Amino acid sequence: MAQIQLKQVEKRFGEFQAVKPVDLTINDGEFVVLLGPSGCGKTTTLRMISGLEAVSGGKIFIGDRDVTWRNPADRDIAFVFQLYALYPHMTVQKNITFPLEAEKASKEVIQQRLKHVVDLLQIKHLLAQKPGALSGGDKQRVALGRALVRKPSVFLMDEPLGALDADFRETMRADIKKLHIAEEATTVYVTHDQIEAMAMGDRIVVMSDAVVQQVGTPHEVYYNPSNLFVARFIGSPGMNLLEGRYEDGRVHLPGGNEYVVPDRWQNALKSQLPGDQVILGFRPEAAYARGKGDLRAEVYASDLHGAFNMMHVALEPENVEAMVHIRDERGHRHAIADDIRFELEPEMVRFFDPQSEQALVLEEGS
Amino acid sequence: MSSFIETGPRDPVTEGIRVDKVQPRAKLAKKIRTIIVIIVAIILLVPVFVMTVTAFKSRTDVVLPPKLFFEPTLEGFVFLLTDRSQLSGDALEEAKANADNLGIFERVALQNGQQITGPSDFIKRLTNSIIIGLGATIASVTLGLFAAYAFSRFEIPGADDLLFFILSGRMLPAVVVAIPIFLMYRQVGLHDTHLGMILVYTVFNLSLTVWLLKGFIDEIPREYEEAAMVDGYSRFQAFYKIVLPQTATGIAATTVFSLIFVWNEYAFALMLTSQNARTAPPAIATMLGRGGIEWSAIAAGTLAFLVPVLIVIFALRKHLLRGVTFGAIRQ
Repeated sequence: MAQIQLKQVEKRFGEFQAVKPVDLTINDGEFVVLLGPSGCGKTTTLRMISGLEAVSGGKIFIGDRDVTWRNPADRDIAFVFQLYALYPHMTVQKNITFPLEAEKASKEVIQQRLKHVVDLLQIKHLLAQKPGALSGGDKQRVALGRALVRKPSVFLMDEPLGALDADFRETMRADIKKLHIAEEATTVYVTHDQIEAMAMGDRIVVMSDAVVQQVGTPHEVYYNPSNLFVARFIGSPGMNLLEGRYEDGRVHLPGGNEYVVPDRWQNALKSQLPGDQVILGFRPEAAYARGKGDLRAEVYASDLHGAFNMMHVALEPENVEAMVHIRDERGHRHAIADDIRFELEPEMVRFFDPQSEQALVLEEGS
Repeated sequence: MSSFIETGPRDPVTEGIRVDKVQPRAKLAKKIRTIIVIIVAIILLVPVFVMTVTAFKSRTDVVLPPKLFFEPTLEGFVFLLTDRSQLSGDALEEAKANADNLGIFERVALQNGQQITGPSDFIKRLTNSIIIGLGATIASVTLGLFAAYAFSRFEIPGADDLLFFILSGRMLPAVVVAIPIFLMYRQVGLHDTHLGMILVYTVFNLSLTVWLLKGFIDEIPREYEEAAMVDGYSRFQAFYKIVLPQTATGIAATTVFSLIFVWNEYAFALMLTSQNARTAPPAIATMLGRGGIEWSAIAAGTLAFLVPVLIVIFALRKHLLRGVTFGAIRQ
């Protein structure tokens, strides 16, 4: 097992900068998820760690070895591809033992490792088949088996669940998580699915436009997004963001609403904003609509999500910018165009600078 | 709006439209297609049939109006494969007396008053065709495979221009380039050599093999090799163990195309060879001119000429038939 370090690693394809210089340390045994929309550079980053893509600058360390210019075969890694990439002309058993043959392992070792992996993944009944005959989930199990069998120090996974059916994903997600715990392997996992990222990652690296936007635990990126991109991207729907004007300890919002800024944020707003414009952010579950509260809005739509209602309300009619999503108890019914009142949980309110798009940070002692 | 919650879906869905029945019209269309294929196959086989029949006809039967039944003879093959001298007088009588001790070919020759003096050039021509055909095909497919892999997988500066340049080798007809090549070959001593013919055919075929094989390799997802490279193999090992087995179909098809081209090639063979390395096609053609047209010998030669290609195609038929059904990574 090993630590992975990226030092100013970058990638250019001609003029196009696919990954801007990134510094990242992935600890021994950690499960790190690279998360971002498609084309953000997350897969390129993973491929650079694997050695399948050459870096344009910077250095990569696995353990204490500088592997920047080593072949993939010499990096002691395993790679799981989105579309499995099982060798179609070999049986499942041959697929799994193929990496061991590269090491010229003895027959006993091959049998023993094969048995270990087969038991772990429960794929004994598949061994004699060819990949073409397997279902997507079984293929990915076999692909995981092929990755596990070598006991590599690092696992790299490129959207391994991307091609699976939704309900099967949940199962495989749990399987991968279990394997990670059982093997204590350092894992880098790429996905564009933020729910998957939240569920699996010890830490999440949020990327966008070839830049790392934030590195943090799922809790951190969800509750304390470092900028507007992360706030919008994490969560479904993302964080509610309302533009307003800060004056006299209040934020003036559309529709004549005024939000009284909690005391502990007052200093931050006073000192960190370049002007008086501010963006107020809160998660749908931070709002209470119980007939009272400072904020008034009109119901635009309300969807039952099973366990709760998701209400879409407009602080100002006909203004898309002033639309927010509020989570409400499922028993409550609001008709369209009803006027409602709601208030915000002070602990869960965040503020952003609209110019820099960065989150404001709480100041010491407040 | 709210009533929906109380009443549920209005109408239950009780019937579907089945799509798994084969319509009578589709069955008929399939029959018609089969009949058309059979007719086309028959039309295509007519020349082969005529040729085969002619090969077994005697000199007189060939020029007579076609008969349904005739006495088959090996005359054509004897004319094709042997050199003979005319016997006369006593020698002929003596030979006829000895006829029981002679082989089949010799007896056939004797019927025309001839005796066999040795094997003809044709065997040598056919051997030349096989050597040059196999040599050029193996060389062009091997080189083409590596080149196609490189074009498919690596970033090569000006790859498109290079590919076009390779293709341009095929744009001029052989007759046009044969004369300059003839002059050059005479200078460097490659004229009328096997090596020279293998070289010229390899170069001429490379455009075909590179383009064809590139298409086949493009179909194989890179992930397979990448997986092998991560699994501890070098790029060449990944190519050898993963790409090669999956390109088998493509290699088989390319080999057949390449071989057929070299095998049938006439213009280069006529101009760049004379005695030593002359292949079968110009040799068969020159038989037209030697003391009257020996149609049965020509037909026999063409038939013998057909057999090696048939063997190769038959050996590779499994790969050829599997054809286009590969390359789906998900399935």
